[in-house]
Amino acid sequence: MQYIDEYRNKELANRLIEKISSLTSKEMFFMEVCGGHTWAIQKFGIPSLLPEKIKLLSGPGCPVCVTSKKFIDQAVAYSRLNDVIITTYGDLIRVPGSTSSLNEEKSNGADIRIVYSILEALQIAKDNPSKKIVFLGIGFETTAPGSAAGIINAAKEKVTNFFLFSSHKIMPPALAALIDEGVTINGYIAPGHVSTITGSHIYDDIPEKYGVGCVVSGFEPVDILQSIYMLVKQVYDNKFKVEIQYKRVVKPEGNVKAQKIMNEVFSFRDDWWRGFGILKNSGLGVNERYHDFDAERMIPVDVEETIEEKGCICGEILKGLKTPGQCKLFATVCTSATPVGACMVSHEGACNAYYRFNK
Amino acid sequence: MCLSVPAKVLEIHGEMAKVSLGGIEYEASLQIVEDIQVGDYVLLHTGYAIQKLSEEEAMETLKLFEELKELNKQIEEEEKDERGRTD
Repeated sequence: MQYIDEYRNKELANRLIEKISSLTSKEMFFMEVCGGHTWAIQKFGIPSLLPEKIKLLSGPGCPVCVTSKKFIDQAVAYSRLNDVIITTYGDLIRVPGSTSSLNEEKSNGADIRIVYSILEALQIAKDNPSKKIVFLGIGFETTAPGSAAGIINAAKEKVTNFFLFSSHKIMPPALAALIDEGVTINGYIAPGHVSTITGSHIYDDIPEKYGVGCVVSGFEPVDILQSIYMLVKQVYDNKFKVEIQYKRVVKPEGNVKAQKIMNEVFSFRDDWWRGFGILKNSGLGVNERYHDFDAERMIPVDVEETIEEKGCICGEILKGLKTPGQCKLFATVCTSATPVGACMVSHEGACNAYYRFNK
Repeated sequence: MCLSVPAKVLEIHGEMAKVSLGGIEYEASLQIVEDIQVGDYVLLHTGYAIQKLSEEEAMETLKLFEELKELNKQIEEEEKDERGRTD
């Protein structure tokens, strides 16, 4: 689909900026909660185009960044078992654990393979029947249906040496927790591709309960500017609701088939988020029906004590309480080549995007 | 991680499809979407098609100016009301 430039149309962007400015009378904080938005906002320099009074905050939208250190430590422990092959998306490899990382274990000879899809991991399991293949499932509702479909295939094809270690999470509990914790938010730029799967109804209680608007946004500059315009308009009219700007992809009901597949394999559970601690019913664990494919149940392992790194404020950055520039380690000890915290490791982390496009 | 990209479906065989993304061909699973035909645009994510962009939505994307003209019109109407209110 080569027609991307229309959504980068300068004349229209200026028109939207003009309109945003005309409706901006007081300070407003809008938070995005999607790594793709974090990246696009910094790359297109959106903050520099907006009136001073509009502040864009980066929330917990990068699945790598919110993943607990304990999850990394447990994955490292699995990788040290000699009958295990770890398969994972590439972003996770460099995330520091308490005393090691998957990258380090790989250089010490552990069998850790980067895959683009769980379907590749499943093929590796078929090709290595004597090994146990553990797939590290991270990501929100965009990625969870793919993991669920992979497990359904494993069961159908009786690939009994294939296991999912799930750190999949869902978005709404974090949106509510941020407001409950007192973070000043006047509107959410809601994630585009999470909403492709879930639809927009998952955000309904945010305006109802908290009086904070949500606009599901695309990823091009004009998409983001139009979404900000819609949020400013809600504040101006004092009428808060859920709207979809990214209509070309997101339907109100979302992808119903994908939702069914997710519910077939996963059940909700309390889960640990970096920066938040435990959030009730915010995680997706493999349910009883697919017990035999759940790494946590089927592969017991001792995991070292979690040690938090000193001086790293990723937790606060994830909640929009601090910006990367306010972290002592930013761009000195912690750079994209030598990341200390998870927000610098992933391309979608606030610190990585800030470091690459703002330094 | 959650970036998904639109691709065109070239062939379908069972639950898999050959898709083209800017001229490069990939294999993608159709397991989590419904009634996909050859020629449709689909959104790809970690080896799966996660949403079908039907031709009108694809045209919708391509006919940006219509939709955005509508936005311009809406902006102009609001400005007219405002001027009405403030005059």
